[in-house]
Amino acid sequence: MEAGEQFILEAARLGELLSALAHQGYEVIGPSIRDGAIVYEPVHTVDDLPRGWTDEQGPGYYRLRRRDDDALFGFNVGPHSWKKFLYPASHRLFTATCQQNGTQGAFRIVEEVPSRQPRYAFLGVRACELHAIAILDKVLASPNYTDPDYKRLRESTFLVAVNCTQAGATCFCASMGTGPGADSGYDLVLTELLEGSHRFVVRAGSSRGADVLAALTTRVASAEERELASSQLDHAAAHMGRQLDTGGLQALLYRSYDHPHWEAIAQRCLSCANCTLVCPTCFCTTIEDVTDLSGDHAERWRRWDSCFTTAFSYLHGGSVRSSTKARYRQWMVHKLAAWIDQFDESGCVGCGRCIAWCPAGIDITAEARALREAQAAGAHAP
Amino acid sequence: MTAHAIELAANPRAPAGNPMLPVPYRVERVRRETYDTFTLEMVPAQAPGLAAFLPGQFNMLYAFGAGEVPISISGDPNDCPILLHTIRAVGAVTKALCALKRGDMIGLRGPFGSGWPVKQAVDQDVVILAGGIGLAPLRPALYHLLHDRRKYRRISLLYGARTPEDILYLRELERWRGQFDLEIDVTVDRGGAGWRGNVGVVTTLLPRATFDPAGTIAMLCGPEVMMRFCVLDLRKCGVPPQRIFVSVERNMQCGTGFCGHCQYGPAFICKDGPVFSFDRVEPIFGKAEV
Amino acid sequence: MIQTLDSVIREHAFFKDLEEHHIQFIAGCATNVRFQEDQFIFREGDDADHFYFVREGLVSIELLVPRRGAVTVQTVGPGDVLGWSWLAPPYRWHFDGRAKCPTRALAFDGKCLRAKCEEDHDLGYEMLKRFYNMAFERLDATRLQLLDIYDGPRD
Repeated sequence: MEAGEQFILEAARLGELLSALAHQGYEVIGPSIRDGAIVYEPVHTVDDLPRGWTDEQGPGYYRLRRRDDDALFGFNVGPHSWKKFLYPASHRLFTATCQQNGTQGAFRIVEEVPSRQPRYAFLGVRACELHAIAILDKVLASPNYTDPDYKRLRESTFLVAVNCTQAGATCFCASMGTGPGADSGYDLVLTELLEGSHRFVVRAGSSRGADVLAALTTRVASAEERELASSQLDHAAAHMGRQLDTGGLQALLYRSYDHPHWEAIAQRCLSCANCTLVCPTCFCTTIEDVTDLSGDHAERWRRWDSCFTTAFSYLHGGSVRSSTKARYRQWMVHKLAAWIDQFDESGCVGCGRCIAWCPAGIDITAEARALREAQAAGAHAP
Repeated sequence: MTAHAIELAANPRAPAGNPMLPVPYRVERVRRETYDTFTLEMVPAQAPGLAAFLPGQFNMLYAFGAGEVPISISGDPNDCPILLHTIRAVGAVTKALCALKRGDMIGLRGPFGSGWPVKQAVDQDVVILAGGIGLAPLRPALYHLLHDRRKYRRISLLYGARTPEDILYLRELERWRGQFDLEIDVTVDRGGAGWRGNVGVVTTLLPRATFDPAGTIAMLCGPEVMMRFCVLDLRKCGVPPQRIFVSVERNMQCGTGFCGHCQYGPAFICKDGPVFSFDRVEPIFGKAEV
Repeated sequence: MIQTLDSVIREHAFFKDLEEHHIQFIAGCATNVRFQEDQFIFREGDDADHFYFVREGLVSIELLVPRRGAVTVQTVGPGDVLGWSWLAPPYRWHFDGRAKCPTRALAFDGKCLRAKCEEDHDLGYEMLKRFYNMAFERLDATRLQLLDIYDGPRD
């Protein structure tokens, strides 16, 4: 098998992939329907996948709808992202025990180390999500600053990407240069073909991916099949539901610090933090130190936090960002501008989750456009 | 998922380099500086303790059960492994820290952050402007400068406090003033009947300090408003913004840029700061709700 | 080395860029003065016929407050100019000025200078600009002092 060579896996044999991964000791996590949404959770058989379902999305809108075919990955993204597994929402960092009956005297700190490390295989990682994981790598596992738990989980995780052959109404990965096709960072990538027989074009992106691929019943993909897969990606790229003009966006946002438009957004923003929770790259956490009632036993927890809470910027005596305007500005300017200074790329991958899951339907692409237009109008004013 | 314990005592330098695990220290001495401010002197409970620090860096201090706070290091960088932290008891955790006694244990993580530009200050005049508890993070810089006194030109410490009772390190300031190799001027916002010194904000001391504006490094630490006014006056004297260094404060929880709380524009205060040259932060310094 | 009064004045930032004949005139209004520790330089309500250029020592600007005694609002030290009441009617001091330690200063005859300023508006404008700037800086400092910035929030 040559590197990058493409194969055909019949849809009926997708179960072989799940078995091969399970056989190698991976816990397979993939898309599944729960509570009216496609979420990521353990999948054991192909029947756990959302066969024949798609998602309809819009600002503040997400609904599942039946497709007229048997597509297994015929949807885009739901409220979950993979950070849920790589950087859990709640994690105990250590426990501490007091050794002198509730006084400050002496205590002992015990690090939390799980006896069994989960090894995940993520099935159905979209191109935007691969980029989101790569962004989290930069944040949490840079050479100077590494979160050991994240690094451990991340290194052992097997990534099965799925190319998007359709774009959702809230998608704008083409604008962000992160999709719809997976370019790197995966172990295996699948493109689902529905015309003719239901099958997948498969390609390995790593040697461990190639090992798994070798264990499956496949045949070499024909030129027509490869062409069909690639044309479907082109079609998805051309039909993005949203667009974000990133040209000069960083400077534009830094310049817009005092712009009245932030106040207009704040009139709608509920400060609910949904956007940060569904965002696949939002990484902020809070450190919580707790004790039991006896005061002899203390724990430190790391929990997902959001820059939309007032406590987030608390500094002895008050919150630095007390207004919604300041908090929305912090989120958007960080995501689309400051992130580039911090990590050499935008923090947005264009997945559109923040648009769909905002209860007020605030659309980051529309707000960026509004700021751009307002500035252009301002520049032309007498 | 069950958990088994790795005893920290076996490896005090945080297993697997986990920056979130406190290293145990023991309180050697508690010095009362003012009615609400204390200096804790600490040594590692087991060798080797934390790595050596640079003047201006901070540690995260963990009081058992109460929580953790970032506190700048206020001692002499040459006194390793002794660590001094000057803490004002204003919140639940700082109150718990100030209540510690000799022999008590404390958890430390660090050192974190950038330091004062002591290297850049070689062969330069140094003007240090401190306000209130802002003198604490600047004291290691002073120790460093005085340790290598001949490397620097004129050194001025201009210090403003609320009242004479709020002046930190009074005896040390008097001793330094007696050395004549350092110009020290102290002022208070409100002087009592017994106060024979200056009354007025710290900026009023600036015209009396001798320094060559183009060959000066200025280090500022104090309330943001104080620093804003000091920067204005320094610039009026002709000190360029890239030679003025300010210490910025934000909510810091992890110290490693993971938790995101201390973001200040594009910077993470905990790893890119807390010390910034003014030209780097000028567009956002003093702006509301950054 | 003994400096002549006009050279002291010429070198002081406060009088920077004044025309030579104005410096000469101002020097003609100046005398060297010394004050003992705790000696009053001026008292609230007295005629304000002078202003000072402090060369050495420290002067407190005070106000007598019932039950609190003399409260120092601000101190003025070496290089600072003290007193602007001579420039505006009714030409009376609004505060007490007291030497906190042995203090050496130049005293300027404000009465003579303000008569000259009325006559020579160029000098008048120059003096006004300088005293306005000083008042502006003092006001800034006083505003900052009012904020009581070191008194951090408590819980």
